[in-house]
Amino acid sequence: MNNDTLIPLIGVVTDIRQDTPDVKTFRVNALEGGKVFEHMPGQCAMLSIPGVGEGMFSITSSPTNKEFMEFSIKKCGCLTTWLHAMDVGQQITIRGPYGNYFPVDTELKGKDLLFIAGGIGLAPLRSVINYVRDKRDDYGDVQIVYGSRSKDDLVDYKEIIDEWTADPNIEVDLTIDNPQEGWDGHVGFVPNYVKELNPSTNKTVLVCGPPIMIKFTLAGLKELGFTETQVYTTMELRMKCGVGKCGRCNIGDKYVCKDGPVFRFDQLDALPDEY
Amino acid sequence: MQEAMIKRAKELLADGTVNRVMGWKKGEFAYDTTPAVFETAEEIDRDFIYNDFTQANQSKYLIKESRKEGKILALLKPCDTYSFNQLVKEHRIIRENVYVIGIPGGPKIDIEKIKAKGITGITNVKNEDYTLKIETIYGVETMPFYEAVSVKCESCKSKKHVVYDELIGEGGDILDSNRFDMVEKLENMTSQERYDFWRGELSRCIRCNACRNVCPACTCENCVFDNPKSGIDQKAAADSFEENMFHIIRAFHVAGRCTDCGECSRVCPQNIPLHLLNRKFIKDINCLYGEYQAGADTTSKAPLTDYRTDDCEPSVVHERGAE
Amino acid sequence: MLKISASNLNALFDRIAEKQTLYIPVDREPNVSEYKKYESGMTMSKALNTVRSAKDFFFPQTENLAEFKVSGKTIEVKDIRKENEDFVVFGVRACDARSFGILDKVFLSEPVDSFYKNRREHGTIVTMACTRPAETCFCTTFGIDPTVPGGDVSVFFDGENYFFLDNTPKGEAFVASVSDMLEDGDASKLAEVQENTRNIMKKLPLSGLSTDSFGGERLMEHFNSDKWAELSESCFGCGTCTFVCPTCQCYDIRDFDTGNGIKRFRCWDSCMYSDFTKMAHGNSRNSQLERFRQRFMHKLVYFPANNNGEFGCVGCGRCLSKCPISMNIVKVMKALEDK
Repeated sequence: MNNDTLIPLIGVVTDIRQDTPDVKTFRVNALEGGKVFEHMPGQCAMLSIPGVGEGMFSITSSPTNKEFMEFSIKKCGCLTTWLHAMDVGQQITIRGPYGNYFPVDTELKGKDLLFIAGGIGLAPLRSVINYVRDKRDDYGDVQIVYGSRSKDDLVDYKEIIDEWTADPNIEVDLTIDNPQEGWDGHVGFVPNYVKELNPSTNKTVLVCGPPIMIKFTLAGLKELGFTETQVYTTMELRMKCGVGKCGRCNIGDKYVCKDGPVFRFDQLDALPDEY
Repeated sequence: MQEAMIKRAKELLADGTVNRVMGWKKGEFAYDTTPAVFETAEEIDRDFIYNDFTQANQSKYLIKESRKEGKILALLKPCDTYSFNQLVKEHRIIRENVYVIGIPGGPKIDIEKIKAKGITGITNVKNEDYTLKIETIYGVETMPFYEAVSVKCESCKSKKHVVYDELIGEGGDILDSNRFDMVEKLENMTSQERYDFWRGELSRCIRCNACRNVCPACTCENCVFDNPKSGIDQKAAADSFEENMFHIIRAFHVAGRCTDCGECSRVCPQNIPLHLLNRKFIKDINCLYGEYQAGADTTSKAPLTDYRTDDCEPSVVHERGAE
Repeated sequence: MLKISASNLNALFDRIAEKQTLYIPVDREPNVSEYKKYESGMTMSKALNTVRSAKDFFFPQTENLAEFKVSGKTIEVKDIRKENEDFVVFGVRACDARSFGILDKVFLSEPVDSFYKNRREHGTIVTMACTRPAETCFCTTFGIDPTVPGGDVSVFFDGENYFFLDNTPKGEAFVASVSDMLEDGDASKLAEVQENTRNIMKKLPLSGLSTDSFGGERLMEHFNSDKWAELSESCFGCGTCTFVCPTCQCYDIRDFDTGNGIKRFRCWDSCMYSDFTKMAHGNSRNSQLERFRQRFMHKLVYFPANNNGEFGCVGCGRCLSKCPISMNIVKVMKALEDK
């Protein structure tokens, strides 16, 4: 019988990084080394610990990374608590990749890009950011606006500081919600910061974060003159199968697992407000 | 009866005693009725129905409805008043937000019992002096009313309204029912026969949760079977024994609070006689702790939540329960 | 057309059952039927339809997907799939036969669900034309002709004989395998029987129900309708409609610790359930109104939007008979349709 996508593969956790007090980044390899499968930026995978549960997670690493996949996961429910308790060497089950991806080869190509992320919302965008950095000539200006509750809650802070801010070809604007000792950067919510930064309206925007942040960011972008056809986001709803059959992650006639998770805001506008 | 109820409901709406009326709405066919809340006299005139098919117990809806603004009129059949009282006792229904009119109850008829006679294409059902005249697209059929009486009304325990603000029609008495006959029959089986009986019945369960969701005693905000933290949450049986456990655990959970309203068996799409599990508990409680009817009042302590020094010792429970 | 007399039907069943598992509708109580594995002496039910739909044969209520052996940090995945054995389902009605086509669109579209496909490939569907539809029937609303039931083999009854018409290669093989028990018969009475049934269909109370007001292009309009509050107010969120429905196919995937490894199984799920879309940090459909709306929007709007206008309902009428509060797709359609 042919492989069935519901029967998972095995992955090994080869590295665990504590990113923030409640976010860890897990590096996953195939049993024989290398990646379990290839993916595109924005796609997701179903991870599970048998007996605990299965959940859909954004693949945080870039497809240009040929050695491993990474997942930045926030401790939130039963499965993620278990994942956070893992040690290096632990095997997990993995299946995917699922869903569509940011149109890095088509609509985004040659464009000036503005990434806007809040909290754990950086996870799916990190894949695109590193993809773009590795294929830098294919894209125009790159600006990243990233905010979190505090300095400690900035996911991948080390990579941001060591690599992104050090990269002369990209602009990184960080912000935290409240003043904090040892932080001399910007303080304030992401949507307001975006407005202050007043980015050029010829940029294509990729935004991800808590629903409330996305809502205000989009409103702010519209005030600045952006249109909904310029803004992409990625969605998360409860999923079980990952392939548009189990019937629960739909927004209107679209399944987030199959037709998403990446949507352009004009596409979301044509769908019911049920997410 | 329907006219008297409509008239009174409209009066109570008009004089401001209530701002909503909980009743039944007519459906596509002569026999299908849906519990509904009416807000205006026009809605009542258009859709309100009370007939031989209005079986649904409305008490559970009143948990939610009694927490809304204003007072709601509830039209309760005798059996429904027990569920209502029990829910008042458990502080689930806010009594002062409900105006209760006791209405005559059944026996109600169950369309499935008519269909079981092979009668189909039903366009109308008339009760002519306790003979059902059933009009169908294939012609007119007749059958005795009592052959179509619903399971929950077959062994009616009481015609008495245990709570009401006013009555429409006559009040009734507690009946000397035959409701424990089948339980006794089951008790008299050998354990293997009894096991086979319940396996046969419960193996048909499709875990639709209709019995639980309709049950006026099942009012947990988060049922253990839905709660991942409970450790026993499940949607379908992972093995053949689990489906039995759902019903047995549910019967334990409602023991001492189940008023024997019969809704579980009424709604079961697979016709599993679930009420028999609850009746066994009721019978045992009566036997071990003395006669007790859940919902008969709102003040008495229930035997399973009230410790007394002369309570039956666990060691003799088995013995006494077996008599 | 090939036929067998009614008195020989059981002999035919015995023959089929010699070679493969045969399921027929059998009365559990008078006129309450369910599919049972045929054993010699069983009588086929005369009831119009089974309480549960025939979807169970291809999409069972629970089904194991894989097993895991977890020891220390290692996990072993065991593929437990086996090639299914051939089986025959006899007496499927036109509505349920159509439902398989709807389920196919979900499970056989890429990526193919091998569990479903396995069962589907090994099952032969022998349908039975309807002659005595019920008041709850409205299959004609979805363009189904209950007198031409489809499946691999269509069977027609003229009051004395059962006539067999194969529709697919699988059906042809089935008829060939029992052809020595069949004889050529005069099917001239069938047309009359069919005409009679079609006339009854026209007289049924729901015969006027139309899908004209539904489909993908009406998505936002129906979603935002103010009718949902009233339609859903008495729904207490059980899964009866979902589970008796031949086209409802939503499922959950869960793990079960057998004490000797983990069994991952899928089971029927219902969008009517409060935890269907519940996540650790929120729920996209918090109220029963939203959950109720989802079920009907799926059948009348979302499914046709994704499947060239085909609706996710076959008009079998099971939800009409079984909903504890008598709320159903017909009432929803009537409330939402253009007046």
